[in-house]
Amino acid sequence: MGELRLMKGNEALAEALIRVGCDGYFGYPITPQSEVIEYLSREATARTGMVVLQAESEVASINMIYGAAGAGRRVATTSSSPGISLMQEGLSYIAGAELPCLVVNVVRGGPGLGTIQPSQADYFQATKGGGHGDYHLIVLAPYNVQEMVDFVKLGFELAEKYRNPAMILADGAMGQMMEKVELFEQQPRRTEFPEWATTGKPKDKPHRIVTSLFIEPEVMEQVNLRLQEKYREMEKNEVRYQTIDIDDADYIFTGFGLGARIAMKAMEIARNKGIKVGLIRPQTVYPFPYSIYKEIASKVKGILDVELNAGQMIEDVRLAVEGRVPVEFYGRMGGMIPDPESVVEHFEKVFLGGK
Amino acid sequence: MGTQVVEIPINPEIVQEENLVYRKPATLTGKPFHYCPGCGHSTVHKLLMEVVAEMDIQEEIIGVAPVGCSVFAYDYMDIDMQEAAHGRACAVATGIKRMMPDKYVFTYQGDGDLAAIGTAETIHAANRGENILVIFINNAVYGMTSGQMAPTTLPGMATTTSPFGRDVKQVGYPLRMSELLATLPATAYITRQSVHTPNNVRKTKKALQRALEYQKQGLGFCMVEIVSNCPSNWKMTPLESNRFIEEKMIPYYPLGDVKVPEVK
Repeated sequence: MGELRLMKGNEALAEALIRVGCDGYFGYPITPQSEVIEYLSREATARTGMVVLQAESEVASINMIYGAAGAGRRVATTSSSPGISLMQEGLSYIAGAELPCLVVNVVRGGPGLGTIQPSQADYFQATKGGGHGDYHLIVLAPYNVQEMVDFVKLGFELAEKYRNPAMILADGAMGQMMEKVELFEQQPRRTEFPEWATTGKPKDKPHRIVTSLFIEPEVMEQVNLRLQEKYREMEKNEVRYQTIDIDDADYIFTGFGLGARIAMKAMEIARNKGIKVGLIRPQTVYPFPYSIYKEIASKVKGILDVELNAGQMIEDVRLAVEGRVPVEFYGRMGGMIPDPESVVEHFEKVFLGGK
Repeated sequence: MGTQVVEIPINPEIVQEENLVYRKPATLTGKPFHYCPGCGHSTVHKLLMEVVAEMDIQEEIIGVAPVGCSVFAYDYMDIDMQEAAHGRACAVATGIKRMMPDKYVFTYQGDGDLAAIGTAETIHAANRGENILVIFINNAVYGMTSGQMAPTTLPGMATTTSPFGRDVKQVGYPLRMSELLATLPATAYITRQSVHTPNNVRKTKKALQRALEYQKQGLGFCMVEIVSNCPSNWKMTPLESNRFIEEKMIPYYPLGDVKVPEVK
């Protein structure tokens, strides 16, 4: 068993970045995730020699990530919604140049400057692209502090396996709350770098170019086809989700991250009332676990989706069930957190005729 | 119409290694430059690659190409390179250099890239004293997008977006980036050169060499600004454009070292 600690989500994530053998972190402070850069500034360099640099903006930090990832290094940045919006240009370039890296969004309420309280309103931005062009990030959605740690390791593994940027889509509550967490062992930083990395032209070998520019449309189309093939591979191999008590369920509660966590509590309340509710919680929201929803659609009477937004993941759930079962929604917006009792109340209203 | 290949007669008695007075450096890929006739870019590419060859650092240097006419710089320079988003070259170079402090890192940027959309990245990289070389080609116009006003377009100078001449009351004055960056304590070497005469070509090469030497010594941010021409978008012949550099550009952008490292 690894080391157990009581930690705040942001600090646990920062600790995981050090332990995963990260070579560099480039970031800009923003609530509710500034503890990440603060923790790293205190801890990281002395322990592993990891570079920690406060950039002048999120535009700069994501481009520092581009440069460092292009040099084959394991690098990460973290931010919250407005900052992640600023990074969309860089993310598109990183996806186009096929550079592995980890980006963390500790989502807060929007649009605009919004609020600093927890939200899940960046689901569309994270899972459907965000920047320009046909591309996808690998998106992991933690529902507790433990997954804030585990998904750092998994995020880098997937990013490097597919040469694709990975994102941890958390929220203000995941970042701020304290929980017991089991930390993995310190991993050494890498000393060998991928063949494609620009580390200085190797003698008697062609020079390496990191670019997303392919000016001839015939070539650009081929690059796009290759990217799409890569996304299909991810969809085939990397879907991850959790189910609870779905075998005997008449109804399904669903959600990702904090929404799923609230739905779990609501499910308990419903079960105590004798209503057979099961739960599906996607851990990867891209690739999205369409098949499990499709499978369950013919076995249950309804699905209730709980999110901290106006209803975003629900579009994927509805896409998955192809109209075979009603999918209803309960959510709060602007930094407000749904309480489990209200979820059950809403469920009873829409599915049980207000009993 | 096919391309006509002209056979150049060669006298094998004269063409001998010991008689060679000039050759393209092996650090250029050999791909013909796409730049317009008379454009300064080709000259600067060649100078830089000569310096890389002479310092024997082809395996130790990483370049960052911008968005602008030199977006394809990596097609010509036979070194590892990264293509940056418009204006972000200094941030990309920061990421590379911080990961590999022992390698040489440079950016190659135009005026729109460095002094308009990328001003923040440029100033903050300079202010942090990033130990990189910035090569700044200032031709007072947006070349690749065919002749719009640049942050360095001269007062009264006509471009496609200032067709009646740059009105400084409306759009402000051209930025003197070298003087601006020289005020920052963490910059080491800031110089302004040109490639419009053979003498200036030689001086530019020396400046590039000095900057890379300073980088090796870890002195911090170096910038070589090169006042250049754009015959196509200035609507001039190459010769006329060189005269324009002499008569109009240099009075506003005086050549020479703006800041040199203190000798310890």
